[in-house]
Amino acid sequence: MKKKKIVELLGFLSLRICLYLVLAVLLLFLYDIGSKGAGTLSWEFLSQAPKRGMTEGGIFPAIIGTLLVTIVTAILAVPLGMFAAIYLNEYAKQTRLTRIIRLSIRNLSGVPSIVYGLFGVILFVNILKFGTSILSAGLTLGLLTLPWTITASEEALKTIPNSYREGALALGATKWQAIRTNVLPYAMPGMLTGTVLGLARAAGETAPIMFTGAAFYLPYLPQSLRDQFMALPYHLYVMATQHHSIAQVRPIAYGTALVLLLLILLMTMSVALIRYRMRRVKRE
Amino acid sequence: MIPEAKIEAKKLDFYYGHKKALNGISMVAPKNKVTALIGPSGCGKSTFIRTLNRMNDVIPGTRVEGQIIIDGVDIYSQRIDVVELRRRIGMVFQKPNPFPKSIFDNIAYGLRINGIKAKNKIEEIVEKSLQEAALWDEVKDRLRENAFSLSGGQQQRLCIARSVAVEPEVILYDEPCSAIDPIATAKIEDLIQKQREKYTVVIVTHNMQQAARVSDYTAFLMLGELIEYGETPKLFTNPENKLTEDYITGRFG
Repeated sequence: MKKKKIVELLGFLSLRICLYLVLAVLLLFLYDIGSKGAGTLSWEFLSQAPKRGMTEGGIFPAIIGTLLVTIVTAILAVPLGMFAAIYLNEYAKQTRLTRIIRLSIRNLSGVPSIVYGLFGVILFVNILKFGTSILSAGLTLGLLTLPWTITASEEALKTIPNSYREGALALGATKWQAIRTNVLPYAMPGMLTGTVLGLARAAGETAPIMFTGAAFYLPYLPQSLRDQFMALPYHLYVMATQHHSIAQVRPIAYGTALVLLLLILLMTMSVALIRYRMRRVKRE
Repeated sequence: MIPEAKIEAKKLDFYYGHKKALNGISMVAPKNKVTALIGPSGCGKSTFIRTLNRMNDVIPGTRVEGQIIIDGVDIYSQRIDVVELRRRIGMVFQKPNPFPKSIFDNIAYGLRINGIKAKNKIEEIVEKSLQEAALWDEVKDRLRENAFSLSGGQQQRLCIARSVAVEPEVILYDEPCSAIDPIATAKIEDLIQKQREKYTVVIVTHNMQQAARVSDYTAFLMLGELIEYGETPKLFTNPENKLTEDYITGRFG
């Protein structure tokens, strides 16, 4: 009896220690970036272009570049991913073929991002001749995000009980009516969460955009989708490893990292807000 | 002896993949009567009732042979519009399945998907349907509340109201009281009793007393076969088949 209690106690304790360890690493990491980056943050840093060989000035073009490329990513990955998930979960018959497709999608989400980068160069830059541009980089990131979007959306659809579908069909709804009016509204918060987390991950990627459109330094903002662009993660990479005086620009690197983190935090927070809103409407 | 048939099954076979779940079922559900399906678990009674509104179509790998004739038309023939068929043949499920919407919207849902848009018309039908399901007095002041705030029995009556709102001709009940307490069950049985004036009712039940109380005709199924079919009082007091007698006297089940 006593032994059982000790085992139970030790079990809980070790689980708790694991959680604290993970949290500690995360907090240390956030503290490091936060404390070293906060000093750099200022309105000028956010609103001005880099100056004097990128040793001074801000990161405005990189922020704009990352936002633009993320929008292109979203335009490709969000609708395509959601519709593919709807098809897979609601319409496709469960055959060997769909199992293989599903497995392939899962596996694609494990492919290293640099491979997507190379694929993007070949397909978008060379074959489709979009050049190294926002368009090519955004589409490459879109491909990278798709497996995540599809998987997350499908999981969200799976959580909707079959009784909602059958209940609607029994009243004379067509299949699409049942899905549109009695499945999607309830799956949407989950689908959006997965999708935006995928987008946030894409926004922080460096390797896929390095070859497909991101520029080391540009004296102007991109004027069209066919232009090159500066991006936060690539800028960070440059400041941390490629700049001629790395030690001097270290604060800028930390500032960039902090802005990137805040941007991603903003994206996840906005999803949380949307989820909250949708839940409230549903409860009404 | 048996009045005009609303639904007639003719040599109906049903397969889940290679497994035969129904074997040559032939029976009728007379118009404006309550027909009960009884039998031990796995006898195929739920499978059978789900063939009547083609709800089994949504299960992959299923197959039907034979015919289901409703108003003289085989509902498995090519020219049948399944969506319209399901509007005409309502269904109430085993577990109450209200949608996560307000009480009002649960009922209005069926109207909206069937193209009724006028607000006053919808309001009128919602009230009428809730009254028909004997739920109006309990919910008339809280129509905007979520349907999940209702008790299990109320939820099931809401589902009944939802199904009568689209003006079906037949209502199928697939063990409607198996998840509900006895008092709520009595209310639902009352409703079913009254519904025969307006609809043809088919009810699957695990509960033999329930079949005896609510139905005019009873079919006893076992292992996918129809063992006996007849007027309810006769089947329960003077069954022809030994298996039926053993089942209704509780010797197995």
